[in-house]
Amino acid sequence: MLMAWRNIQRNPRRTILTIMAIAFACVLLIFMLSLQIGTYEIMIDTSVKTRTGHIQVLKQGYNTDHKIRQAIKVPADIARTLYQTPHITTISFRSNAFALLSSSLRTSGGFITGINPEEEVKISSVAQTIRKGRYLTPSDTNAAVVGSLLAKNLKIDIGDELVVLGSAMDGSIAATVLQVTGIFSSGMDQYDRTAIQIPLHHFQETFVMGRAVHEIIITCDSLWHVGRVKSAISENLSQPGTQPGLVCMSWDELTPGLIQSIQMDLGGGLIFYAILLVMVAFSIMNTFVMAVFERTKEFGTLMAIGAGPWRLSRVLILESGFLTLCGIVLGILAGCILTLWVGHTGIPMGEAEGMMRQYGIPGLLRPKLTLATAFAGPAAVFLITIVTALYPAVKVHGIKPVEAMRAV
Amino acid sequence: MQILMAWRNIWRNPKRTGIILVAVVIGAWTMLAFSALSRGMMASTLENALNTLTGHIQIQNALFREDPSVENRITHPASVAQLLEQNLPKGALWAFRIQVNGVAANAGNSQGITIMGIDPEKEPQLSFYGDVTPKGKLLTPGDDHAIVVGEALLGNFETKIGRKLVLMTQDTNLETASRAFKIKGTFKAEMQSTEKQYVFITLGAAQALLGIKDGVSLACVRLPDSAGMDSQGLNKVLGSVRQNLPRDLCALTWMDLLPLLKGYLGMFDRFMLLWYLVIFIAMAFGLVNTMLMAVLERTREFGLLKALGLKPAKIIINVLLECIILLMTGLVVGNLLGLLTLYLFSGGIDMAFMAQGSEFWGMGRMVVPFFTLKDICYVNAVIMGLGVLVCLYPAIKAARITPVEAMARV
Repeated sequence: MLMAWRNIQRNPRRTILTIMAIAFACVLLIFMLSLQIGTYEIMIDTSVKTRTGHIQVLKQGYNTDHKIRQAIKVPADIARTLYQTPHITTISFRSNAFALLSSSLRTSGGFITGINPEEEVKISSVAQTIRKGRYLTPSDTNAAVVGSLLAKNLKIDIGDELVVLGSAMDGSIAATVLQVTGIFSSGMDQYDRTAIQIPLHHFQETFVMGRAVHEIIITCDSLWHVGRVKSAISENLSQPGTQPGLVCMSWDELTPGLIQSIQMDLGGGLIFYAILLVMVAFSIMNTFVMAVFERTKEFGTLMAIGAGPWRLSRVLILESGFLTLCGIVLGILAGCILTLWVGHTGIPMGEAEGMMRQYGIPGLLRPKLTLATAFAGPAAVFLITIVTALYPAVKVHGIKPVEAMRAV
Repeated sequence: MQILMAWRNIWRNPKRTGIILVAVVIGAWTMLAFSALSRGMMASTLENALNTLTGHIQIQNALFREDPSVENRITHPASVAQLLEQNLPKGALWAFRIQVNGVAANAGNSQGITIMGIDPEKEPQLSFYGDVTPKGKLLTPGDDHAIVVGEALLGNFETKIGRKLVLMTQDTNLETASRAFKIKGTFKAEMQSTEKQYVFITLGAAQALLGIKDGVSLACVRLPDSAGMDSQGLNKVLGSVRQNLPRDLCALTWMDLLPLLKGYLGMFDRFMLLWYLVIFIAMAFGLVNTMLMAVLERTREFGLLKALGLKPAKIIINVLLECIILLMTGLVVGNLLGLLTLYLFSGGIDMAFMAQGSEFWGMGRMVVPFFTLKDICYVNAVIMGLGVLVCLYPAIKAARITPVEAMARV
């Protein structure tokens, strides 16, 4: 032990440089990982809160086709069993239809969603993103909240009338006149350009749906329970006696683009980290290798006076272990401080903000420090340095005392 | 003489030199490979965006962009046509289009779409419209009751070639105009959302539907080769066009039309530089360490050289030369490896396994990695420039060695 510690101090400059290299890698890994995870969480959160919810129960195929006939006939039955499933916090019904929207000046296509205002407030962020007017209340009938970009295209404002023309579930023409009570801006341009929400009962009346709905939106108490809740619901749906053809899908199945783009970004990130690790490994390998070669003579002497090669290996591993630990502890400290500080202030995206918003990322990026992000990177650094350090530790076995002592 | 000395000094410890060389090679190689891949992705995104009915330049009514409705149209396209014929460089393609939002419906389904009135002869060269025709045929001139829709839209409407599709939109009198069309063919685009959004009818049919006589929404221009890729090339073309344009029209480049993409491309260059720096710093620790060791173990030698009258500046140059030779060797091998990688992947990387992910980022399905001369210069300049800079530290260290101290040491 003591010997290892003293050996490290023999060449302070080299030691410091090596420690710094390790610390640098740790800081970078912690910060980047936290930033990625933080961004993903926000992306998922935005998508879940404005659109999908954590889990949906719907007719098979509805999520891709959005056909008005693919409806759940008696949603109340299913809701009753859902309320008994643990971890579910809120359940809400939605119905959607495509229709032609006309104001006094303009006509445009729009995606109408019928919602239950009471429940919707709990699961969706649309109510909080109202820019003008107010959100729907349970007593509303022919009221509507409209996406900000859609409102701009239609040239309408609060209080204006909006004529809806679409096809109802039975194939007849569905028509109604709505009054705009609010304008929301969810931050996702595509949604704001097409979406309009009206009370569910009015929707069902207009589109002749009876009591049928298209989606049962479910939110759980945490993202991590989604899988468990989903399998519980699926089991329930497959039991005989329930309505046929219903499926249960989680947010990642409902928006496959989101999860794939996250995987893609993460994959790119992992390649980046792997390259960084290899670079650091080669950078510090020299320190470890040289630590053996410049001391060939010394090792020869040690062996001659009875130190076994295993003992020398142990000393060497201890040395590199010390170095690595110093670097990693330093790196974790600095990395956490940096991450927490940036997490507090946030990274403004400047001119790229509009682009980010398209992907559901808000203007400020905040890295999120978790136990996993704080230790995954340093653990990888530790592993790769130890592997690097093994090479000289093995090499030392090949030293023969007599030859070694003759070496310069 | 000095170079020879530096060369010999480097190989005094081949193992150490080997390790740091490998580090430099990997550094240069990964920088190049990574930037090639990213550039390929960017190019794919840009090409995809330009191909999705954007083109390099669009001539449109000054109010059209803010409010893309039928009121904001080009009322006298003949003068624009003449202007474009006279001022565009050779090889440039252009065509008129009508673009309005509307609704498509058949017996069971209805959906919001964008109606595109196109010139059947010119359009296929301008956008994805002519790329692949999986079913049926494209429009021909005078085909005023035919419509071409996206492959994915067919499934959405549960319909097939030969069936009818009704288009509804708002005409100039703010009345709803509708007309039935027969599906003649389908097109395939890189992105499903594009296939579901656009339907194509002939220019004449669109004019009749909207009641706008010979008016059009815009003229789309595609420049030859890479003339339209940077603002310099665009401005050269635009200069003459803009001067003669009627006052109520404007000429917009893809940079105006897709500001987000332009911002993204700008950010990309900065991001690349950042990535070079990070890799370099990881490499620099090893480089400085190696050089420092190489210098410190030769303390006696440097002391002797100084005692013999060698000036400190010469010693610095000597150490730096060693460093430069190291870097150069590493860079040459790294660059060769980078080029080799590029060659191996020159067929392009199929992103189909991540189709929805790449669609989310607006990227095409094929990514062909490439780098520009500028990238190679950047990579080499970063490694070389900063490498020499950090090696100044051990070099100065060596120059500071005083003969007496050094020779007193064992």
